[in-house]
Amino acid sequence: MFGMLRSLWHYRGFIASSVRNEFITKFARSRLGGLWMIIHPLVQVAIYTLILSNVLAAKLPGIENRYAYAIYLIAGTIAWSLFSEIISRCLNLFIEHGNLMKKMRFPRIALPAIVVGSSLMNYLVLLLAACIVFMILQHDITAQSIWLIPLTIIVLMLALGIGLLLGVLNIFIRDIGQVTPILLQLTYWFTPIVYPQNIIPNWAKQALCFNPLYPIIEGYHEVIAYGRPPNITQLTYIFLFSLVLLLLGLFVFRRASAEMVDAL
Amino acid sequence: MSLLKVTEVTKAYCAYSSEWLRVLRWFGIPTRPKEEHCVLNGISFEIKPGEAVGLVGQNGAGKSTLLKIITGTLQPSSGSVHVDGRVAAILELGMGFNAELTGRENVLHAAGLMGFSKEQIKAEMAKIEAFAEIGDYFDEPVRTYSSGMQMRVAFSVATAFRPDVLIIDEALSVGDSYFQHKSFARIKEFQEQGTTLLLVSHDRASIQALCSRAILLEKGTVLKDGLPEEVMDFYSALVAEKESSTIRTTPLKDGKVQTISGTGEATIDNVVILNSKGQIAEFIEVGERMSLVVQVTVNTSIESLVLGYGIRDRLGQTIFGTNTWHTKQVIEKPIAGSRYEFRANFDAILGIGSYSVQLALVDKETHYTANYEWRDLALVFNVINSTKSLFIGCTWIDTSIEVDKI
Repeated sequence: MFGMLRSLWHYRGFIASSVRNEFITKFARSRLGGLWMIIHPLVQVAIYTLILSNVLAAKLPGIENRYAYAIYLIAGTIAWSLFSEIISRCLNLFIEHGNLMKKMRFPRIALPAIVVGSSLMNYLVLLLAACIVFMILQHDITAQSIWLIPLTIIVLMLALGIGLLLGVLNIFIRDIGQVTPILLQLTYWFTPIVYPQNIIPNWAKQALCFNPLYPIIEGYHEVIAYGRPPNITQLTYIFLFSLVLLLLGLFVFRRASAEMVDAL
Repeated sequence: MSLLKVTEVTKAYCAYSSEWLRVLRWFGIPTRPKEEHCVLNGISFEIKPGEAVGLVGQNGAGKSTLLKIITGTLQPSSGSVHVDGRVAAILELGMGFNAELTGRENVLHAAGLMGFSKEQIKAEMAKIEAFAEIGDYFDEPVRTYSSGMQMRVAFSVATAFRPDVLIIDEALSVGDSYFQHKSFARIKEFQEQGTTLLLVSHDRASIQALCSRAILLEKGTVLKDGLPEEVMDFYSALVAEKESSTIRTTPLKDGKVQTISGTGEATIDNVVILNSKGQIAEFIEVGERMSLVVQVTVNTSIESLVLGYGIRDRLGQTIFGTNTWHTKQVIEKPIAGSRYEFRANFDAILGIGSYSVQLALVDKETHYTANYEWRDLALVFNVINSTKSLFIGCTWIDTSIEVDKI
């Protein structure tokens, strides 16, 4: 494990430049460049707001702002986009870089590290855009926002743990690559992101307890939309759960790394 | 003291009845693979500093697998590889290049992938740029490059830092001939400074020019380890044996299809090329005395038998051809069951390259009246030049140049 960290440190320059290169290439030769990063999620939020805010506006107690639903939606979307981006990129990460892993010797842990780095950059840009939107909507950003730091770390750990597990398994069992986007879709709709949790019927609330993302998204809602601290006990549990998952992911990654190239 | 030590390396690819069994094994639960496919079987050798070793073998012999294990991208199933120092492998040039980035950015990226820090790369950047010699294109996106330019940059960065072991997988033909010479010189220079070379090639000339030792792999084991010439001869014999035994039924390995036609009154049993020492050979030196030996069986008593042969270059142009009608050596009234051996002796005054032999068994000067057997691509041989001074063209003209000051 320490070997992994040491090689990550040794390759820090490479990881940083890879993250930078990803940004350059993503927007190379496009007029709006990096703006597209903000446009995509904002359009999504705008669509949901336009369609759903009239239906749901009355059911969001606790937020004074008449754009309450949009704010709620943005808070959840920020967290979700980080979570889903890391998982879906880790899923095909090793398969996409199969040739590179076969022909070049470098610490393979650098690959997920690059994913984490660039997803985190996207996330920060999104967060910045959200702040701008909140200012326009005259929604106050409170000091509780400091809670976003532990929340972000938990999302990262959870997503990376799941992503590593699925990414490694996907090398050997390619069905994983097919089934995961479906499961991600299901998770999206089984998590209160586009709808408030108070419209969930009681029988379904039981099921939500098994959704590890639920307390995290709730935390984002509390911090961003309501300006309240998140539920610390719940977050501690989910932090421990994420930690275990991350360690499991790293363990599987290590055990599989000898055989990975064989199967690619 | 050896720089590279390969000890009893075995590589087996495991197939499981269910991939989940493989997953269980990571967690320490002993599961048995359904079958193991052994690619390398107990390979051992040592290479000393500054030695240059050629690795040869037929397709599927395990060369690439061995190189990947030495490079470190592939783990051996058992055995170990010990390297004193840094290994650099040119298994594929331009790995990880990004078309949207400039040459300079790609150099930074590629060298970073090799494990060098930004400062180290920046210090070498000017040299890399100078070696690639692509001018202002160095700061243009790689997508605007020709493939040769891309190779130049890739080779420059791959060899920017002198490694202790340099592994080259048939990557010597980089770019145009000017750059080929330049890259060849750089490899030579590394070698003089103590870099160990491990070279995989099918090109006998480059192995003999660069290497002091060759290792022949066959079916995952070391079949021969010794002087390049000796090992290459052995390899050629191995290839020749294979070709003659399968040549009748299969398409040739270079994608061409051998056509055998004819009525079958007389058939060709065996065709070989002998070198000046009388050994079966695939490679012939420029100007070497060589023999084309053809053994023929007469199946049905016929009026007359004529053997014709032609030597064709790789494009199929006939370089030379004649037959025993023209040389007045027609066999009159051969009886069924008799066998004949024809020996055509000539000097290989040919340019370097690959040549094929075309054979015909007929009755008279052409095959229009009777065609017993007609065989295109009956045999392929290569002409190489390691004894004569460098020349170009399709034929060797023995020349002496006199220079006088006047």
